[in-house]
Amino acid sequence: MKLHLKIWRQKGPTDQGQFENHTIDGIIPDMSFLEMMDVLNVKLASEGKQTIAFDHDCREGICGSCSMMINGRAHGPTRGTTCQTYMRNFRDGQTIVIEPWRAMAFPVMCDLVVDRSSFDRIQQAGGYVSVNVGGAPDGNSIPVSKVNADLAMDAAQCIGCGACVAACKNASAMLFVAAKVGHLGLLPQGEAEARDRVKKMVSRMDAEGFGNCTNHYECEAVCPKEISADFISKMNRDYLGATVFPKPM
Amino acid sequence: MKLDPRVPAGPLAEKWDRCKMEMKLVNPANKRKYHVIVVGTGLAGGACAASLAELGYQVSTFCYQDSPRRAHSIEAQGGINAAKNYRNDGDSVERLFLDTIKGGDYRARESNVYRLAQNSVNIIDQCVAQGVPFAREYGGQLDNRSFGGAQVSRTFYCRGQTGQQLLLGAYSSLNRQIEQGNVKSHPRHEMMDLVVVDGKAKGIIVRDSVTGQIERHSADAVVLASGGYGTVYFLSTNAMGCNVSATFRAYKRGALFANPCYTQIHPTCIPVNGDYQSKLTLMSESLRNDGRIWVPQKPGDNRPPASIPESERDYYLERKYPSYGNLAPRDISSRAAKEACDQGKGVGQTGRGVYLDFADAIGRLGQRTIAERYGNLFDMYAHITGENPYQSPMRIYPAVHYVMGGLWVDYRLMSNIPGLFVLGEANFSDHGANRLGASALMQGLADGYFTAPYTITDYLAGVKPGSSDVKATEFAQAESDVSQRLKKLQDVKGKHSSQAFHRELGKLVWEYCGMARTKEGLTKALGLIPELRERFWKEVSVPGSGAGMNQGLENAARVADFLEFAEVMCTDAITREESCGAHFREEYQTEEGEAQRNDAEYSFVSAWEYAGEGKAPIWNKEPLNPEFVKPSVRSYK
Repeated sequence: MKLHLKIWRQKGPTDQGQFENHTIDGIIPDMSFLEMMDVLNVKLASEGKQTIAFDHDCREGICGSCSMMINGRAHGPTRGTTCQTYMRNFRDGQTIVIEPWRAMAFPVMCDLVVDRSSFDRIQQAGGYVSVNVGGAPDGNSIPVSKVNADLAMDAAQCIGCGACVAACKNASAMLFVAAKVGHLGLLPQGEAEARDRVKKMVSRMDAEGFGNCTNHYECEAVCPKEISADFISKMNRDYLGATVFPKPM
Repeated sequence: MKLDPRVPAGPLAEKWDRCKMEMKLVNPANKRKYHVIVVGTGLAGGACAASLAELGYQVSTFCYQDSPRRAHSIEAQGGINAAKNYRNDGDSVERLFLDTIKGGDYRARESNVYRLAQNSVNIIDQCVAQGVPFAREYGGQLDNRSFGGAQVSRTFYCRGQTGQQLLLGAYSSLNRQIEQGNVKSHPRHEMMDLVVVDGKAKGIIVRDSVTGQIERHSADAVVLASGGYGTVYFLSTNAMGCNVSATFRAYKRGALFANPCYTQIHPTCIPVNGDYQSKLTLMSESLRNDGRIWVPQKPGDNRPPASIPESERDYYLERKYPSYGNLAPRDISSRAAKEACDQGKGVGQTGRGVYLDFADAIGRLGQRTIAERYGNLFDMYAHITGENPYQSPMRIYPAVHYVMGGLWVDYRLMSNIPGLFVLGEANFSDHGANRLGASALMQGLADGYFTAPYTITDYLAGVKPGSSDVKATEFAQAESDVSQRLKKLQDVKGKHSSQAFHRELGKLVWEYCGMARTKEGLTKALGLIPELRERFWKEVSVPGSGAGMNQGLENAARVADFLEFAEVMCTDAITREESCGAHFREEYQTEEGEAQRNDAEYSFVSAWEYAGEGKAPIWNKEPLNPEFVKPSVRSYK
């Protein structure tokens, strides 16, 4: 396959950045999108040109590092992460536009790499059960219904890639935050702090500069782990309960 | 060098309790005066950093990823072992200990393994309390599955993403401590060197991969939890960024590297497809609970799998190892797959593959149950290969997955450099010559939550807090070494990317130090590696500047270390003149082709000591002296 690539290049956080055009040949349909990027980088290095920076690590869809906007769609044309997008989903001779995530709370650091530390800070605000090592009771002493355990796991699968934010016209992080709030809120272990948690995490989310949710579900459509927007409704309910009734009734 | 493993005296079951009683404590008010550096934020590092901070120490964490949550532990799929005996199937701490010792082909330190089995029980409790969403049964109790090398069901799991969920648990505890100001997290920082002052580990040199700045960080103790070196083979199931640099730099500063030749080849991975490939994807061992492995009986039989009748299939694991069948340990299953392919019975285009077939299980349990157990793995397989594993069997082949070797540590997980602790895959301690499935997560968390917090406290109790200063000459020297090394890489200005050299090195070590090794092959490798290294330093191209983000430079620095480390690995492999676990020397095998240990001469840990540039490393030995389990022929028949 021969491809025309239009790739965002930006030297550093303060650089203005621009698109750069590259044409590459010899791409095999079974290659992953990142392996295609490797081919380009190997070529650039051999020409003594600076390689294109992009986040990637596990290359099997679980670490959540990779983060490319491909032809205007977060992670590209198929559902899944960028690393699990395969060239067989593109046409020979196609032009592909590759950009970083675009969101105020995800500043671009270099080329296709963005700063997602705002996600870490939201989790630091309350995305945990306050339990120290040492005093945990026997694992089976806290029964969890299979329905709730499965639902909690559906939410907990979030890989924190940020595609939901990138896809949202408001750059909202509601799906990400809702996944964490949902995961812990559905389990008895997380219940004691549930009301506080949702308030703290939402307020940190707002402070980080993420937009609000206007129910377009673009986030759900691109989420590589298929996390349901129902968790956003659940979080809204929890938030309302926690703010309108600050004390449990 | 005389190696003192500091194993407490007394009966096996009492050693850890005795050790805990013997170790010193630090007064709660004094704990905050101590500063500990933790490199790596996976299960071992994340758990250790959170636990130390909970105790009251000041902790700094460093990871090369953009968030502690992305450490390679996140990729572990199948599960975590614990001797809970919730199944009532005869499990116990003793049995988990015995399985692990036997699984490691009697090349692990008994006392460490026993402590691991003891701590396994607490790990599950801790993780449940953190909110890890383990699989449950309808009654609300924790569910279990089976893994290789065991005849009990002791593996706890979160669908096919157990590593992810356990890591997110540790990450959440870490986050709580970051919020409270007890942990300072440094993501996108890569450790470039260890600083040793007066023989003690006192700090590290890191490169900030955003600004390119080289920084000095001092501490009262340094913990390396930087993972394994499987990417020395280039193609592996490890994340692309996994590297040997942190441990190898510590080696060059005097820490001993133990058993580097023990590298685990995992039997169930998606086969290599082409030269462009950057990564091999694991299909969890848990699949062997329900999948059956087979090849056609006739070599060269290239009919589609559905048209090969039952009578013309060879379910070779079930045939050769009837009592463990498809759940034979990893090293044995991998070699059996290689053997079948060497005989020409391999399947798929390249002939390097075997079938993992779920037809029976789907017939027995229905597609829905199989999807519930392994849905994400089946999806992943379909994504990558474009084939539907519900309809036709998966094709799998062994791939590099984990390394049992690592920095040498004593019973208290401290290396021979006082103040340098090594946890998780980065150390050598618990898995001997072969690791059983679902044991890496167990070890990482046992080290981080339940062992290191005690042993590090004991060490700190004997150290004056805050005595390490980044202005010391040792820091300046180490910093200048790092800067010079990076500059040297950039000054080569050759024509080839570091990835090209990495691929070449990977092929070389896979060929000569992979699933089967010979003296002849290893001798050849030991000649070829220095040649490749020389070419690297003449021809590598690292464009861009040292300031700011430069992923090409990061990679080149890692590859440069691999090119040196590979030689230590092959040296270890050539000097271990026996077969044990994952280390299979073709010269030493039984008539049936099984690994043949030589307990009389090789029941020891090889610990390699850096002897200086261009010199062969010094071979130190820690005798294993098994006291409690008599090594026997490891039979899974």
